Amino acid sequence: MFKIENVKFKDILNIKKVELDKNMITAILGSSGGGKTTFLKLLNNMITADQGKITYKGQDIESYDPVALRREVVMLPQDPEIFRGSIKDNFKITEEIADKVISKNLNYEELLHQVSLTQNLANDAQKLSGGEKQRLALARVMLLEPEVLLLDEPSSSLDKITEEKIIKRVVDYVSKNDRTLIMVTHSLDIAEKFADRIINIEAGKIVK
Amino acid sequence: MSIINFKGVKKVQSDIINIQLIQLVFAYIFVLILLFIVKQKDIGHKGEILLASVRMTIQLVAVGFILEYVFANQNPYYSLLILLIMEGFAIYNIYGRVNVEISKELKMIIAGSMFLGTSISIFFFVLAVVGLDPWFRADYFIPLSGMLIGNSMTGISLGVNHLIDGFRDNKGLIENYLMLGAEPETAAKEISNRAFYNAVLPTINSMMGMGIVFLPGMMTGQILAGASPIIAIKYQIAIMMGILGSVTLTVFFMVERGAKTFFNSRKQLNI
Repeated sequence: MFKIENVKFKDILNIKKVELDKNMITAILGSSGGGKTTFLKLLNNMITADQGKITYKGQDIESYDPVALRREVVMLPQDPEIFRGSIKDNFKITEEIADKVISKNLNYEELLHQVSLTQNLANDAQKLSGGEKQRLALARVMLLEPEVLLLDEPSSSLDKITEEKIIKRVVDYVSKNDRTLIMVTHSLDIAEKFADRIINIEAGKIVK
Repeated sequence: MSIINFKGVKKVQSDIINIQLIQLVFAYIFVLILLFIVKQKDIGHKGEILLASVRMTIQLVAVGFILEYVFANQNPYYSLLILLIMEGFAIYNIYGRVNVEISKELKMIIAGSMFLGTSISIFFFVLAVVGLDPWFRADYFIPLSGMLIGNSMTGISLGVNHLIDGFRDNKGLIENYLMLGAEPETAAKEISNRAFYNAVLPTINSMMGMGIVFLPGMMTGQILAGASPIIAIKYQIAIMMGILGSVTLTVFFMVERGAKTFFNSRKQLNI
């Protein structure tokens, strides 16, 4: 699905060659500051490589309209921003900004359940705890039903039990709906338990 | 003496008290008081106060003689030249008022917005509202243009600062919007709207207090020059609407185009 060849970005990332397959769950591990977030940002055109080539579905990533690509390859940052208003407003705003018509089999309550968020839709989203905000942001990404989910430490603010529960649900969702998941995680346990493939990025290079 | 029509109303000029040069010298006592306090309290900045007083005097004397000449030799080219000089100084001033380094592209947008927004407002104001005939009559065209340009300059300076701060302080939020598939315009909407509102707000606030908290400068000037308060308020209301229109247009143009300079051609945030 993604083919990355001789890609360089500043002094942060230098990747010779890597391919990421469709419908696979890839976990990216590595020390902080090693270039993991930069790697994800390159895949949905939040930044452009200084050198090298990235293809998506066989086509140069540069040939895609950046917004159209980001609607297919949605990224969840490590510290997601929550929009002002209620939880429901956050879903509505997400639909509006991505110009997305939500399929009938998706409803907001179900999405909250998917991320184990036991909150009323009318509750003020700004008053949620750090972990709850992170889960709401994950639900917003799932609402968009992207082909590829790029998750940057999606469970960093969660305790171990909740983390595993949430990741399992995301993985189930991805497998059931033939999606592709590329996830940065700090946990080797999570990576080994759920990923089809583990990539290690250290000092901007893939080491495993 | 009947001197001009303002939509059919005649203005009667009464006797103006002319300040004699010797009396004008007394006004400088206020500067001496300030210098005395500054020296006694060891506050410093004496040089700055003296420079400001001297500069103000020289600038106003020069402008007085230039205007005296231009008023006596009415010519459309003179009026337009002075308009261009005022625009140039205002644009230069805006660049100086922005606290951070601004891109060449944003500088061009600021200059273009100032020029376009104020020109539309000035010509609409002098032709449709005041009904100036001939349109270049310098004793009306120059002061009215000056007021619209000066207020637009303040508005656009505020707008640019709020726009830059907005993008810097909300980088994460804007990136989050983009990551979810938003177009740059949508991602920047909240920041742009806030910059626009903050730029127009002082004009709206000054309209709120006008006539109760303070008498505006133009109205005060006209009353001192002998105009009836009724004529003075008509001019004041009209000029306030003109200022509001000019500030709105210049800031709108700047924010609309300026927000785009924070994104590159790949629709990525470039700050």
